[in-house]
Amino acid sequence: MISKRIIPCLDIKDGRTVKGVNFVDLKDAGDPVALASSYSKRGADELVFLDISATEEGRGAFEPLIYEVAKTLSIPFTVGGGIRSTDKVSSLLQKGVDKVAINSSAVQRPELVSEIANKFGSQCLVVAIDAKCIEGTWRVHTVGGKQSEALELFSWAEEVTNRGAGELLFTSMDHDGTKAGFAIEALAELSDRVNIPIIASGGAGTKEHFSEVFLKSNVDAALAASVFHFSEIEIADLKDYLRSKNILVR
Amino acid sequence: MKQVAIIDYGAGNVQSVQFAFERLGIQSVVTSDSSEIQRASHVIFPGVGHAKAAKSHLIETGLIDVIKSLNQPVLGICLGMQLLCNQTEEGPTKGLQIFDTSVVKFDVDLKVPAVGWAPVKSINHPLFERLDNEQFYFVHSYYAEVSEQTIGLADYQISYSAALANKNFLGVQFHPERSGKAGEQLLTNFLKLS
Repeated sequence: MISKRIIPCLDIKDGRTVKGVNFVDLKDAGDPVALASSYSKRGADELVFLDISATEEGRGAFEPLIYEVAKTLSIPFTVGGGIRSTDKVSSLLQKGVDKVAINSSAVQRPELVSEIANKFGSQCLVVAIDAKCIEGTWRVHTVGGKQSEALELFSWAEEVTNRGAGELLFTSMDHDGTKAGFAIEALAELSDRVNIPIIASGGAGTKEHFSEVFLKSNVDAALAASVFHFSEIEIADLKDYLRSKNILVR
Repeated sequence: MKQVAIIDYGAGNVQSVQFAFERLGIQSVVTSDSSEIQRASHVIFPGVGHAKAAKSHLIETGLIDVIKSLNQPVLGICLGMQLLCNQTEEGPTKGLQIFDTSVVKFDVDLKVPAVGWAPVKSINHPLFERLDNEQFYFVHSYYAEVSEQTIGLADYQISYSAALANKNFLGVQFHPERSGKAGEQLLTNFLKLS
């Protein structure tokens, strides 16, 4: 059987981690390389890096940084932000990245999903979907949640799955940052509708929220940022707790 | 002196394998040069992506006979391991027939590809020294059936070969280069073989 994965997510801007971090044993808490290595040692099962300034700025410091992180890390490494072509994917994979995450660029040009899957295999492609529930319908949003699209979450998830996505990373914009728990109902429906692994994101605030999402929906992984960055939840403690609920973790 | 050669045949992400050896303080070369591969003390046969495409890249390099005739320890990783089997349903594609088993697609009620960390039950082989029931990172839709050469078992509704061995040839379905401490231990064990 496969363990449920716990994934910290680092938002990177100008080569630094944003959304402050306060690991006491790090000399420079904003240094993504030090943070990545620390998470790897603390029991994270995978690491996601999102280049949040990718679209509005030049690439600058990002790729050399990615190379340094990939070098340090002994767990799978996913990178997202501003990826619009198979050339870009190729360049990231050559730097030691294991998977890429695409979001807005897939909505703008769904063929990109098939192109990446065909060229590099589905195993390296995560399609990220941000959605918000508006009058009972989960509407897909792009450009960091700023733009509302005509797409509906479940049909879009099915389309990218058919096009060759290897995993889905679903963030509920209604739950993100609230620390009130994951979007359980939407995640349960999503995992019924598609047969590829799903990473749940948005709303993690307590250890109970993680056990709830694993027990009440068939998701494969849970992603969070601030609860880990601020050490509100230690990954090792979280895993002990999940084990006590008979959830298989590493 | 350990000299690791990582076979480069245009099928997959060799950088993370090279980084993993670097973390162990071991220099490795990524190469498609047959004499460089033959000279190495240890050889890695990596691979990700589609079996058919990988096999045709491999044919283009002309390395198939070189690989089959290697006498030093050789470790196939993921698709690399699958290509060392008799054949795979993906394609379908004929393998190098080092491991006497077949690779078939998961036909289970679970999600495919299988992505994530899973425990491996080892069957008394030095590659798994100090590694019984440790978890490793897997990403795959096809698996090698259990055979007499299986040295590690994993299960995903059915039991399959997480690792295979035939003389100096070894293969792992998971990615030791991305499997944390357990992966590092496995690569260290591999380097101890001669």
